[in-house]
Amino acid sequence: MTMIDTIQNIFAYDFMRNALFASLLVGVVSGLVGTLVVLNRIVFLGGGIAHAAYGGIGLAYYFGQDPMLGAILFSILSALGMGVVHLRTKTRSDTLIGVMWSIGMAVGIIFVSLTPGFKADLMSYLFGSLLAVSGADLQLMALVALLVIVFVLLFYRSLLAISFDETFSTVRNLPVAALYLMMLVMIGLTVVVAMRVVGLIMVIAMLTIPPATANLFLKDMKGMMLLSVGLSWLFSGVGLVLSFTLNLQAGSVIILVAALSYLAAAAYKKLSVHPKP
Amino acid sequence: MTGQAVIELKDVWAGYESDRVLEAVNFRMEAGDYVGLIGPNGGGKTTLIKVILGLIKPERGSVQVMGVSPEKGRHFIGYVPQIQPGDKAFPIKVWDVVSMGRLKPHLLQNLHLSDSDKNIVERSLRQMDILDLAKRSINELSGGQRQRVTIARALAAEPKILMLDEPTSSVDSRSSSQMYDLLAELNQSISILLISHDLTAISTYVKTIGCVNRRLVYSGQKEITSEMLGTAYECPVDLVAHGLPHRVLPSHQEENDHD
Repeated sequence: MTMIDTIQNIFAYDFMRNALFASLLVGVVSGLVGTLVVLNRIVFLGGGIAHAAYGGIGLAYYFGQDPMLGAILFSILSALGMGVVHLRTKTRSDTLIGVMWSIGMAVGIIFVSLTPGFKADLMSYLFGSLLAVSGADLQLMALVALLVIVFVLLFYRSLLAISFDETFSTVRNLPVAALYLMMLVMIGLTVVVAMRVVGLIMVIAMLTIPPATANLFLKDMKGMMLLSVGLSWLFSGVGLVLSFTLNLQAGSVIILVAALSYLAAAAYKKLSVHPKP
Repeated sequence: MTGQAVIELKDVWAGYESDRVLEAVNFRMEAGDYVGLIGPNGGGKTTLIKVILGLIKPERGSVQVMGVSPEKGRHFIGYVPQIQPGDKAFPIKVWDVVSMGRLKPHLLQNLHLSDSDKNIVERSLRQMDILDLAKRSINELSGGQRQRVTIARALAAEPKILMLDEPTSSVDSRSSSQMYDLLAELNQSISILLISHDLTAISTYVKTIGCVNRRLVYSGQKEITSEMLGTAYECPVDLVAHGLPHRVLPSHQEENDHD
């Protein structure tokens, strides 16, 4: 049986097709937004938003609401909160992000444990459940992808400017604060949909590895964004097929494929710049 | 004092929380001026820049740029920040950096660069003699080339005032003297404010010199006055120790040929 046959057989399953569509949509979102996260050096903030979102998941679960709704609410609120702190203090707000990170997790864990009954599916928010993606999940992903694409297309030049030099952008009277907060809301939404694929614990990897790999070879933001999307697709596709054939958890395999590719690319770059004598 | 003030500070006190950095600063710069402000590190140079750009509000006193508040007037300023070594990693091309000079205050005006904006960006690149570098990534440039990119970006804003922060910090002496020749040329149509801790570098080229160290001593002359050297501010004493160029000494006024 050839490889193409194998792949065809794999995607004959509905849940595998859904997983592939989810990977493609999330790849677009995380490639575009991840590039902004990496270039603005707010990776830690992205992690903070992801973990704060767990508080919303726990609360929604306790009150019998859709956990995704809680996740969206908490991630947007924590994103805006951290954004306001950044804009007010103008310093790296590492400590505060760390505090928010932990509070979110603590609130989530407490409310989940207060909720009676079987809660195995809550693990899926921590580690991802690409194979259990529903039609509603796909709709949310498509909506977020559309929002992010419009956001980047409309504000590309301004986003590049605030990422490269916030002070100069302010002196040019660009609405830096508004743009920055919008960017953080996009990061919040990205975190929520990427959580379905790799889980909130590994969201940071999904956001940073493709842009970091792209940045090894490309020296402008537009190129980095496009290559990041392509790489996200590649990593997810390969990871998905591998996880199915090896019967391993999909999110983790995708992250490992991405991380190993990054390391290989970085090594190749290093060797090609400094060739052995 | 007949010309129009492009920058005017009256009794400005400013600082951060409990740490006051500037006290009772009065400063007036007129159209066509070329002012060099010197001062030791930590003497309030950066705070002064931020106050003029409206990035921090003074506790007391008034600041005007082109006769209005800094927030309204700062778009007339072509700001040339000090080059930070950390910026190097950012993946961006020279053309895109200089295009930032054409940013407009409304997000939807920045959808793309208009043809007239493109012409201005190209002109600024040509003015700084770096048009051939337009497609290069800034990571590949030398310190002197990067400095030219930053000045070209400021020029693309078509400024009335050029404000430079430590312009020679990452530049070798040959390209720094070329840069000062260019600035002298630009001064024919633009007022220039240059802020640095390096007196030797700027004193040859500017028209007037002042000194910042908590307070600001500026009398619109190209001399280091005894007041500047006064123990009250201990201002350029450490600079003098590195060798004060005799051009700025009072006895050499005949060399003020830039006036």
